[in-house]
Amino acid sequence: MPDVHALVNDFLIKLKKRKIEGSKTTAKVTAEVLRSFISQQRLPSTNQAGALIDAVRGVGEQLIAANPVELAVGNVVRRVLHIIREEELTLTSAAIGGMGLSAGSDDEDEAEHDGPDLSAAIVAAAARNTLRPPSLQTLLEDLPHTAAVPHTYSSGGDSDGKSKSVDRNSNARKLKHNVIEAVNELIQDIATCHEQIAEQAVEHIHHNEVILTLGSSRTVVEFLCAAKEKKRSFKVFVAEGAPRYQGHALAKELITRGLQTTVITDSAVFAMISRVNMVIVGAHAVMANGGVIAPVGLNMVALAAQRHAVPFVVLAGIHKLCPLYPHNPEVLLNELRSPSELLDFGEFSDCLDFGSGSGSPNLHVVNPAFDYVPPNLVSLFITDTGGHNPSYMYRLIADYYSADDLVVQRRSAS
Amino acid sequence: MVAKKGGATRGGGGAATMSEDSVEELTRVPLQAILLADSFATKFRPITLERPKVLLPLVNVPMIDYTLSWLESAGVEEVFVFCCAHAKQVIEHLDSSQWFKQPNFTVTTIESNNSAGAGDALRLIYEQNVIRGDFVLVSGDTISNMPLSEALKEHRERRKKDNNAIMTMVVRQSKPSPVTRQSRLGTDELFMAIDPETKQLLYYEERADNGTVSIDKTVISDHPSMYIHNDKQDCYIDICAPEVLSTFADNFDYQHLRRHFLKGLLDDDIMGYKIFTHEIHASYAARIDNFRSYDTVSKDIIQRWTYPLVPDVQLFGNTATKLERRGMYRGSGVGLSRSAQIGPFTVVGSGTTVGTHSEISNSVVGKSCKIGENVSIDGSYIWHDVTIEDGCVIKNALVCDGVIIKSGVILEPGVVLSYKVVVGQNFVVPAYSKVSLYQQPIKQDSDEELEYADNSSGTMDISSLSSLSDKLNETTSRLSELQLQSASEVGNGGVGLIWSTSEGSHEEEWRHSVAPIPADKLEILYTSNDELEVLHQDGNVPPPEEMERDSVASDSSEDIKDEFQTFEKEVFATFERAVLENHKDDNVILEVNSLRLSFNLDASDCAGPLFYSIMKWALTMGHSSPSELVKNVASLLTKWQKVLKYYMPSIDEEIEVIMKFEEMCMESAKEYSQLFLQILHLLYDKDIVQEEAILNWASEKENADESDKVLLKQAESLIQWLKEASEEEDEDED
Repeated sequence: MPDVHALVNDFLIKLKKRKIEGSKTTAKVTAEVLRSFISQQRLPSTNQAGALIDAVRGVGEQLIAANPVELAVGNVVRRVLHIIREEELTLTSAAIGGMGLSAGSDDEDEAEHDGPDLSAAIVAAAARNTLRPPSLQTLLEDLPHTAAVPHTYSSGGDSDGKSKSVDRNSNARKLKHNVIEAVNELIQDIATCHEQIAEQAVEHIHHNEVILTLGSSRTVVEFLCAAKEKKRSFKVFVAEGAPRYQGHALAKELITRGLQTTVITDSAVFAMISRVNMVIVGAHAVMANGGVIAPVGLNMVALAAQRHAVPFVVLAGIHKLCPLYPHNPEVLLNELRSPSELLDFGEFSDCLDFGSGSGSPNLHVVNPAFDYVPPNLVSLFITDTGGHNPSYMYRLIADYYSADDLVVQRRSAS
Repeated sequence: MVAKKGGATRGGGGAATMSEDSVEELTRVPLQAILLADSFATKFRPITLERPKVLLPLVNVPMIDYTLSWLESAGVEEVFVFCCAHAKQVIEHLDSSQWFKQPNFTVTTIESNNSAGAGDALRLIYEQNVIRGDFVLVSGDTISNMPLSEALKEHRERRKKDNNAIMTMVVRQSKPSPVTRQSRLGTDELFMAIDPETKQLLYYEERADNGTVSIDKTVISDHPSMYIHNDKQDCYIDICAPEVLSTFADNFDYQHLRRHFLKGLLDDDIMGYKIFTHEIHASYAARIDNFRSYDTVSKDIIQRWTYPLVPDVQLFGNTATKLERRGMYRGSGVGLSRSAQIGPFTVVGSGTTVGTHSEISNSVVGKSCKIGENVSIDGSYIWHDVTIEDGCVIKNALVCDGVIIKSGVILEPGVVLSYKVVVGQNFVVPAYSKVSLYQQPIKQDSDEELEYADNSSGTMDISSLSSLSDKLNETTSRLSELQLQSASEVGNGGVGLIWSTSEGSHEEEWRHSVAPIPADKLEILYTSNDELEVLHQDGNVPPPEEMERDSVASDSSEDIKDEFQTFEKEVFATFERAVLENHKDDNVILEVNSLRLSFNLDASDCAGPLFYSIMKWALTMGHSSPSELVKNVASLLTKWQKVLKYYMPSIDEEIEVIMKFEEMCMESAKEYSQLFLQILHLLYDKDIVQEEAILNWASEKENADESDKVLLKQAESLIQWLKEASEEEDEDED
């Protein structure tokens, strides 16, 4: 236990200090921390899933609060919560499936109340569960189940406790085991999301096309290189992405991979867009409405693309899909970074003298990290499951997250 | 499976240290830092009487937390916190804010009760023998986000090549204000000479007099090129080799890091230790030295120059704060009335309530404060648990924890209210006053006083100072009056004592307060600087001026004449006083000298006026007959002979005196015209003028107009006699 606490604390500090950069690494580390947390968690004999959910939620709340800007943390926490719910559902449905059979034969009157239709529903749910990912219906039916499950447990408990508790113990181990397995899968998914996305590159990039991108994103690099490896020949325009100028690094990398690259300033995007066949960019997060939180400057690129009817394609791994809407109060849309990225403090130190005049300088430097690109400007999302329309994102998200977990913070805070 | 996973995650952290290992090879010691949690200064008094400076909240977080977070994120693994004043409080704070329990970051406290300065602290640490390698030396009031790796790398590489490179100082560009001659942090303009090639520091002077920099000749000859900067700010972040500690141990009189240690190393070439600089550009570093820098750094933090050490990123201890539009930071659970206006760049701490129609702008308000209705707060720092009742006006003030400000109070700019002071209803706290529950200490420690006195002498011109101090005297006299009126009270029902501003720190008050420097002060400074510049031109480049005087110079020489006449008058006045009050010769010389300096004249210019004064005084003594006048002159001359001779080291001055006398006879004092010969003879007898001077004067006068020759004719006999005498002498010699 102390080991896990140290691990969680360490991660918390790193998050707080903004030591971990990039949503992919953050997501991966979050999942790994949660995995070790779950594996060390001692579960009570009853309602293990509930206990586990509460525990994960407690940790998740801390993690989310540590860096509210990095939405990937919250996404992974919600994914893990969803996984626990799903696994629990599979187990109980299996158990109740068995119990329903016995109840039908032995305890006629008890089953009369709610037994038959409930077990039928659960069996149906379990059957559906085997087909992953779960459908929208499972999510909608989730609510009555979670409410009903403890009740069936207690009612079953006094009939014959002995055999059930043994059963439950094994269930507990099974639950944990299954959850950990599923989290492993999630980690695997996050780790391979670049390749998954890159695989689709050839379908989107064609011969002699001109691709424009802004700033730098690992996903975009992999995507472009995958197309190059498949013998597609195309050109890339890289907008440098002020103020961090990650575009410069991107250009370097693309050139080492043998891609014809042109570097332009951010402000030249509109001038160049007419020569571009497709805009491919990465995202910081994709919201439930299909809007994108992306590095600063992308809204301008999206508008330019729309004006010239150039497809605006956003690449996003599954960990970037956020079940929240941008208007949710807990979504921190932006982070203001240090002004020193924009200009040299020393050069402007005389403009920032608070010692004279009114005491507040006339110079303010604002350096937002992100832009919000509304869904109507996005032509296509490419995730590891394939290409999607912005209007379909809510559906994709509903498959990955349980509606109960959307507000991790508020519930545990109250 | 679980164990494996744990290992995998920890492996991520381990990879970084592994790579570091390879860089530093085998001799890897954990990076250590010494943090001085005591500034050994009194600039934050009266607040620091109750709480150590490092625990004072800066944008609602104690300063030391900023320093420690920075050290931790910069990769320092072991920190020794040196506590002296209020050591208990510092240790308690470190304990309660979890600093002792960080993974991979050890914090050890070293306590001392009798350290008077940084030197004592470092000597104590040296004795404890805990520093094993290069270390970072900072004080607990340093705010920075600079990465140390680069500076450390430079430092270590230099050390490999040259074992004498014992210290790397972090500097940063920051232009000083040309008007106030102080940096934006309120410290004095700093002059540094740095070798651009090696980055070696060659010269360091905090208060160069009127911008004069004097660098040792050998330094210039040793270094083919050097830059002299006045736009560099010393960040007080030093990367030191262990030798720094032993140097302190060897020189037991070193106390101040810069004034003693740094200067000592720069001047001393026996050990041959060298100091280098490392300039940072993108990252931030500043030390809070006074109230002015407290204000500046707070505003830098709010404007996010210190990112990620900003209020909405959770470091240690600061509660969740949200950055809202226009740079307003709002803590959790803030109760804002609907009509309350929170302006831009303002921080409101959690649990604070603000009443209707109150306005807050450019300020920091701490936790759990209660702000009433119609309150106006501008540019101020309100700490925690402060109660401000209705209708108060607070401008550019600093208010500590637990203060209660009753309704209708006005805090004028620069006011500092220390802990738990209560200000009575409708009281106006005068500008720059400091209010505390504690008595002002009468006698300060000698070291502290030294520090204080040192800092109070500014870089300003004397003449402008006098006018300034007049104004400031007014405020202080007003202050002391107030003190008499309310000996122990601040308004009706108030609790607190107004500290009188000590003599030396008059000028400091507005220079170093949280309030911006008032416009009228700037005006004064501006004009005085102009004068200063004019003086500079006169004083520093005499040759061109001399030329002007000789060659062109019709109107300018008139100016000079005017000035010279006032000088004459001044000298006469001085002389008059000297005679009446029976001054000693030396004192008279001193006074005349100071007059001469203020008029920017040479020593040779004094003889004439002094002689003039003597003669004029002789006239005013009153006389009935010419012979009596001669007697008077004779007695005066014997008395003041020494002084007069002091200013007449050569023949030229003697001729000057004769000509002056001649002028007097012709113009201002006709009484002497009949006695010219007699007095000239007298001067000759008294050895004030030599025969050579008289003869020279005579030969110069040969070609003059007839009207000018009246006196020459009068003196003819004497001259004749002198000529003969000298011829005789010549003959004798032959």
